[in-house]
Amino acid sequence: MSMSDEDKIIEEATSGEYKYGFVSNIDSELAQKGLTEETIRFISNKKNEPEWLLEWRLKAFELWKGMEEPNWAHVSYPKPNFQDIIYYAAPKPKKKYESLDEVDPEILKTFERLGVPINEQKALAGVAVDVVMDSVSVATTFKEKLSELGIIFCSFSEAVKEYPELIKKYIGSVVPQADNFYSALNSAVFSDGSFCYIPKGVRCPMELSTYFRINEANTGQFERTLIVAEEGSYVSYLEGCTAPQRDENQLHAAVVEIVAMKDSEVKYSTVQNWYPGDKKGRGGIYNFVTKRGLCAEENSKISWTQVETGSAVTWKYPSCILKGDNSVGEFFSVAVTNNMQQADTGTKMIHLGKNTKSTIVSKGISAGKSQNSYRGLVKVAKGAKGARNFSQCDSLLIGDRCGAHTFPYIECQNKSAKVEHEATTSKIGEDQLFYCNQRGIKTDKAIGLIVNGFCKNVMDNLPMEFAIEAKKLLEISLEGSVG
Amino acid sequence: MLKIEGLEAEIEGKQILRGLNLEVKPGEIHAIMGPNGSGKSTLASVLAGREDYEVTAGSVDFLGKDLLDLAPEERAGEGVFLAFQYPVEIPGVSNINFIKTAVNEVREYRGLPAMETKEFMSHLKEKQKLVKLSGKLANRSVNEGFSGGEKKRNEIFQMAMLEPKLGVLDETDSGLDIDALRIVANGVNELKSNDNAFVVVTHYQRLLDYIVPDFVHVLYDGKIVKTGSKELALELEDKGYDWIIEEFEKKS
Repeated sequence: MSMSDEDKIIEEATSGEYKYGFVSNIDSELAQKGLTEETIRFISNKKNEPEWLLEWRLKAFELWKGMEEPNWAHVSYPKPNFQDIIYYAAPKPKKKYESLDEVDPEILKTFERLGVPINEQKALAGVAVDVVMDSVSVATTFKEKLSELGIIFCSFSEAVKEYPELIKKYIGSVVPQADNFYSALNSAVFSDGSFCYIPKGVRCPMELSTYFRINEANTGQFERTLIVAEEGSYVSYLEGCTAPQRDENQLHAAVVEIVAMKDSEVKYSTVQNWYPGDKKGRGGIYNFVTKRGLCAEENSKISWTQVETGSAVTWKYPSCILKGDNSVGEFFSVAVTNNMQQADTGTKMIHLGKNTKSTIVSKGISAGKSQNSYRGLVKVAKGAKGARNFSQCDSLLIGDRCGAHTFPYIECQNKSAKVEHEATTSKIGEDQLFYCNQRGIKTDKAIGLIVNGFCKNVMDNLPMEFAIEAKKLLEISLEGSVG
Repeated sequence: MLKIEGLEAEIEGKQILRGLNLEVKPGEIHAIMGPNGSGKSTLASVLAGREDYEVTAGSVDFLGKDLLDLAPEERAGEGVFLAFQYPVEIPGVSNINFIKTAVNEVREYRGLPAMETKEFMSHLKEKQKLVKLSGKLANRSVNEGFSGGEKKRNEIFQMAMLEPKLGVLDETDSGLDIDALRIVANGVNELKSNDNAFVVVTHYQRLLDYIVPDFVHVLYDGKIVKTGSKELALELEDKGYDWIIEEFEKKS
């Protein structure tokens, strides 16, 4: 492949337009631009929240005012003007939905265009979808079946009303208000999100799935998710995202908290495909997310699997605090960046309990002029006797104008711990492409094949249905990235 | 089937092929021999369409089509197969997924529907037997961790799956022990029919004990300088290339 060919390839790589860029016309109620105590009172009032939650928000706001935006990540972007953001947008409240027929057809159409089959077929396939559309849940399926088992799966606002004791007990217990700049911001202004509670000994019989979607121009999205798995329970939770095309940068600062009790297991899978901006890097979502799980008791397990293909700037480190003895944390990640995208993502595994185990598998794929960084911390505390970690970070480069970076941090305070780190960087070879071509396989398909092969041991961790979607997404995001 | 006329090709500005002529008819096996650097592998690569090589003159007609005008995957679709001298590893992609994708891409090119899984599996089993490729290799990543012999057998297996009209074998015998060589050769002989043809690039006469060629060509300095029957290969084994080179240089 000559240089000019490669240039051509890179040009083509950057010409891939975002396929999900459209805006649906849905009536919204907006908060005033800007962030003051008034804004927070407005949000809390809109949602009919109890006094304690308002106080909790206001405390977060106080903390946030004294904090500074972090700048250690390997990303650069114009700092958002926090006074120029609308902190609350909700589709006009309608009555509760018993079936999909009652849902705004515009919303359903939007999902249809995304290829999200939110219909009876999907329901029959065994997926309960809690749709979060611009911050407020508009449809929930399968609720009854789940409630028979005592499983709670609802919007965060609903949970605040229906299960205040649970929320009060667990909100901020894993990600405190003051944890970081963005978690503090989220704590102050979070609009809605999902709550999931699996009672003792219950194995959730289906994948719980939430689709997020940013829809209102200039609206910050501040979702909050809380998952609590009681002793001996199991749940697999799916979160998938896409956003319509917009010129203004949109800020997204979500918080996800997971609590896993004795012998429980939580599997959290994400496919993230927000608008990455155009090929010059204009527009696109800023995705500054705090996700953390607490293995609170022994033999608990939390597993994060993520496929990240979207957003202009991503700042995201799903982490596990392994407090219970013999608890297990896992992080499987595929991060694809193309054009001008920047991703700084990874995980933190904090080993506190004895014989705790963690596994990190990170696959970064960079194309165009994008920058893709893995940043991970493995920390073994003094008391974490026999702790074990295995990390594997692989980077794949497409073209020669992108960057891949690995920043592994290891802090080990216990001599009996075993921490392993492996890293590789490779380039999609013209030899591989030619080999595929010679067997009749077109270049786009060959890239898809090679990239999916590269990500295989992460993709294998996704639930079946999700894996198919994720595979498609990988192919779409790298479409035309070579010849 | 294949008609090469006056073919000239270069890589990074260095001319390798200097006016090569070759005609291959259905049902024939042609062996291409010659000293190192004579252009044997270049010929194979140019036929398959490797981009590093630039064709500066000449023509290649394949079943009435201008082969040089086609992209590598289109050539594969038309029925050209290259067994690589150094088969490429593709981590994480199972051999079976790879060949299934290839088979269906080629079928799509030919306007055929994708092969049913059941049909594909029976096809696969039959062809695996042909080259004694163990079922385990089908589930391993393409060529990853394969021994030299396994890689070459995998090439022949893929060729058997794709059933090309023209099979080009680029030094498939290099690095093979005698048993593997027999298996590979046997695979080619089983595939051979009146409708297809093979161009076998080799260094040694040894392979030609098992794949019996109709013609043996000696490539030197980017041209075919001598053509003979299979006896020529034996003569080369015995006497080396020098006498041909001398003969050729005297002429020119």
